[in-house]
Amino acid sequence: MGELRLMKGNEVLAEAAIRCGCDAYFGYPITPQSEVMETLMEQKPWESTGMVVLQAESEVASINMVYGAAASGKKAMTSSSSPGISLMTEGISYIAGAELPCLIVNVQRGGPGLGTIQPSQADYFQAVKGGGHGDYRLITLAPASVQEMHDFVKLAFDLAFKYRNPSMILTDGALGQMMEKVELADYTPRRTKEEIIDQCGSWATTGKTSGREKHVITSLEMDSHKMEQNNLRFQDKFKNIEANEVRYEAIRCDDAELILVAFGTSSRICQKAIELARDKGIKVGLIRPITLYPFPTAIIAELAPRVKGFLSVEMSAGQMVEDVKLAVYNARCITPVEHFGRMGGILPSPNEVVDALESKFLNQ
Amino acid sequence: MDINDIIKPENLVYDKSPLQIDTIMHYCPGCSHGVVHKLVAEIIEELGIQEDTIGVSPVGCAVFAYNYIDIDWQQAAHGRAPAVATGIARTNPEKIVFTYQGDGDLASIGAGEILHACNRGENIVVIFINNAIYGMTGGQMAPTTLIGQPTSTSPNGRDVALNGYPMKMTEIIATLPGTYYVTRQSVHTAATVRKCKKAIKKAFQNVIAKKGTSFVEVVSTCNSGWKMTPVGANTWMEENMFPEYVPGDLKDNDIQKPASGN
Repeated sequence: MGELRLMKGNEVLAEAAIRCGCDAYFGYPITPQSEVMETLMEQKPWESTGMVVLQAESEVASINMVYGAAASGKKAMTSSSSPGISLMTEGISYIAGAELPCLIVNVQRGGPGLGTIQPSQADYFQAVKGGGHGDYRLITLAPASVQEMHDFVKLAFDLAFKYRNPSMILTDGALGQMMEKVELADYTPRRTKEEIIDQCGSWATTGKTSGREKHVITSLEMDSHKMEQNNLRFQDKFKNIEANEVRYEAIRCDDAELILVAFGTSSRICQKAIELARDKGIKVGLIRPITLYPFPTAIIAELAPRVKGFLSVEMSAGQMVEDVKLAVYNARCITPVEHFGRMGGILPSPNEVVDALESKFLNQ
Repeated sequence: MDINDIIKPENLVYDKSPLQIDTIMHYCPGCSHGVVHKLVAEIIEELGIQEDTIGVSPVGCAVFAYNYIDIDWQQAAHGRAPAVATGIARTNPEKIVFTYQGDGDLASIGAGEILHACNRGENIVVIFINNAIYGMTGGQMAPTTLIGQPTSTSPNGRDVALNGYPMKMTEIIATLPGTYYVTRQSVHTAATVRKCKKAIKKAFQNVIAKKGTSFVEVVSTCNSGWKMTPVGANTWMEENMFPEYVPGDLKDNDIQKPASGN
């Protein structure tokens, strides 16, 4: 059993980063996630593990600092909240185009624009469909507890390095600010220079030694035929990710006639809604996508022929619902897919979810 | 005496640095970039830091700097090279990191990144090529374009009422306490090339000694963008650019400042 603590989601992101051997964090303050950098500054990991922590002048600079560190093979991360992530999308596209591993955490708040500082899930499209320019994807993990906020930092880095692709933890202000019991991992030392060269020596800018060609980290290719080949290589990588990295949780789906689909904070609310609905005799289950990209299409396609409907519950106007519909379409089914959500920083209540199930599927 | 009596090692007066890669020259004849690339390659070779140097190339004509010098490179988004260099230098303090940026990249879209990197005193070399125009995109106005200077987006000449004034980045940078060495050079004559090489070499030596940000502006020509001959561009630069962008050291912390009188 690892060390148990009561911690905020934002604090645990920082703690998990130090403990998994992260080399660098670059960030810029924004509510509701500023505790990530504050915790790091308080912990001073540069004195213990040697991890670099730097407050940048903007989110634009933060993500480009991540680019520089990641391109030299380092485990680098940043965190922000919705408006800040929008500023980072240029850099994220370059990171994806240059095939660099890194971690970006989005502790979402309500938008659009400056919006609100209250929790939201309205950056789903931005996270899972790319976000910036060009054909790329982010491996997107959606924690639903403070424990998963901890666990997914290491997982996100592992996947990023496995595929040489940026990973995102897509969470929200509720999970960032919420305190829960968490079991902390033991400290993994940062990789040595030799270990970094072992892992990343074929591509990273570790310094051109006489034994090898120079390494150039770039997303630029002026020859269209070569650029198309680069894109085809990226697409192969994404197919590989889709085939191997889908993660989800199925709760009470065995006898369910109606399926809620929800991630993160919404999935916690849905678990209570399942209890309330079942008390009323409505057989409801939950599919909780853990990876939003790759989306758990297969399980939804598997359930589609035998359930009466899916309700995508999101703190947005309905974004993930499109991926649920695609999954049902891929199964060549006509099972109804509906959406229920609250916006602007409002969390749906379990009763509202049950009401939505009744009004959309039962009282017709 | 035939030619083979002359081609002997003891008669060698000039040699290309082994760090200069034989590649198809993409710069226009008369462009200053080629000379500055050569100087950087020679300096890295002379200092014996090829294995430790990481270059950061910009967006602009010099985006392809990585095709010319045989070291590891990162190519940065437009204007972001100082942030990328910060990420490399902070996580690899043993490495010698430099950015190579033009005036559109450094003075316009990347004005924020360069000021803050310099203000933090990042241990990096910045080479700033100021030719008062956007070269790669076809001769548009830059922040450093002179008043009255015609470009494709200021065809009647830069108008202060519309576009403001030429931005003296190097003067601004020199006011930042984080910078250690700030200088303005040119490469249009043999003498200025030698002087510029000394300045860039000093900047690299400062970073090896971990003294902090060393910033070298090279006032340069873009005869294609300026629509002049190479020789005409040199003359125009001397007559018009130098009064605005005066060559010389702006700051050198190696030199003791005289004690203040009062």
